[in-house]
Amino acid sequence: MENNKVEVIVVGAGPAGVSSAITLARAGKKVLLIDRADNAGDKNMFGGTIYAKQTAEIFPKFWESAPVERAITEHKIFMLTDFDSTQYSYRYSSKGAYKAFTVIRSKWDKWCVEQAQKEGVYYAPKTLVKELLIDNGKVAGVKTQFEDFYSDMVIIADGVNSLLAKQIGLRKEFTDSDMTLNVKEVFKLPKQRLEDRFNLDENTGSAVRILGGPLKDMFAMGFMYTNKDTVSIGFGVSLDELKKQKVSPYELLDDLKEHPSVAPYIKDGELVEYSAHMIPEGSFNHIPKVFDNRVLLVGDAAGFVDNIHLEGTNLAMLSGKLAAETAVFAIEKGDFSASTLSLYYKKLKDSIIIKDLKTHNNTINVLKKNILTLTTLCPNLACEFFEMFTSADEISKRVKYRKFLSEVLKSGVIFKMMPLAFYALGRCIKK
Amino acid sequence: MNINDKLAALQFNKSNESHLVVDNDICMRCSEKPCLFICPAQVYNWDEKKCLMNIRYENCLECGACKIACSKKNISWRYPDVEYGVKFKNG
Repeated sequence: MENNKVEVIVVGAGPAGVSSAITLARAGKKVLLIDRADNAGDKNMFGGTIYAKQTAEIFPKFWESAPVERAITEHKIFMLTDFDSTQYSYRYSSKGAYKAFTVIRSKWDKWCVEQAQKEGVYYAPKTLVKELLIDNGKVAGVKTQFEDFYSDMVIIADGVNSLLAKQIGLRKEFTDSDMTLNVKEVFKLPKQRLEDRFNLDENTGSAVRILGGPLKDMFAMGFMYTNKDTVSIGFGVSLDELKKQKVSPYELLDDLKEHPSVAPYIKDGELVEYSAHMIPEGSFNHIPKVFDNRVLLVGDAAGFVDNIHLEGTNLAMLSGKLAAETAVFAIEKGDFSASTLSLYYKKLKDSIIIKDLKTHNNTINVLKKNILTLTTLCPNLACEFFEMFTSADEISKRVKYRKFLSEVLKSGVIFKMMPLAFYALGRCIKK
Repeated sequence: MNINDKLAALQFNKSNESHLVVDNDICMRCSEKPCLFICPAQVYNWDEKKCLMNIRYENCLECGACKIACSKKNISWRYPDVEYGVKFKNG
């Protein structure tokens, strides 16, 4: 790297940043990838899974050599009441068609950066970008703790808190309703015991979503993921809801872990880590301006998250790739103005990113308004049904059926599900 | 489980300088103090006698929730300098 000058600087070596940097290097451009952690991934936390399709577009057949934990072959939903639960499982064969993998970020991100370096990306770890360098009103590079770096363009991939996007006015201050706070604990178990508990083969894994129970009074969802020899358990909650409830996230997590339907999965596990991270709410209306003169925003920094389908890393990688393609176009044109870089937004609009964000623009608000239906009413009725259907005693079946039917009618569930059903229908019909 | 037991499972490298700064006069007038319960590492502790916010910045998980949740927008938040702060090995 001559005189600390490259064509593009990418700030942040998460999925969005790495995908940008490697795409640029493949096009023969000089690119510097900067990250504040000692090793990429050491400051990161997610659920979580990466998605095979979009990841393979950057790293073809990555599963053959990358440090993945388990291929997801089962999705489960636990609907908890105070003490009981109903559980739904969708299992599929992993043969030949991987869809998602659990990964550990400190291993996975490190591997991604190593691939990027092999393909010609300059990598500066342990480097904290303090601010964007502005020269004559134009972004000219970045100021780090130690030295300055110069470039024609900066791709901002500095994550959910994106201090750089704020510096140049692309983002405003966030409010409580813009963010969910996620906390997670990781428990180590003997590999065989983990596989037996979750009914898994050697390399297959489960992804579990948890509704209700200790999380019933707020817009929150729990999760459980199986790694090689650890189980990740946690939940995400909207900051405004947490504030309303005046409760600590780690206390709620403890309550979740102690629920009779959850506790057996992590019993006798050794706590190896506790972590926290925020996730943007992920609606179209909250997307900032993602391009300006000499800068592009990607990944979490741009708010590209689908909280309904738990997608984030895939949208990060895709946005990184589209930003890099735009940067290649700008470099070849020799023009880094906002009007040239608006190509990025056009690409985003043609991709699933903007389409899906638009589809779910208002979903979180609708769910928040109807949250008790999903976290209390439905889990309770489901458990009541099974309780009624399976209890053998002296009460006649007809009396039981009538009692359950009257419970269903009294609960108003049919009426209360209407807004959700109509909203879902509207999402399908809308062009 | 006590929050300190959870934090004990983590690797931290303590800086001599706090990357989190508040104005105590503003905290004193804040009746809500959501930072006290929202922070997932219980970094903020209000000392009623001294009218002072005790900030255990060395336990910060660098999530950024406190800054957003603060009703008075009174938390100056930045990342710790490189080589300091938390290290996630199972994130």
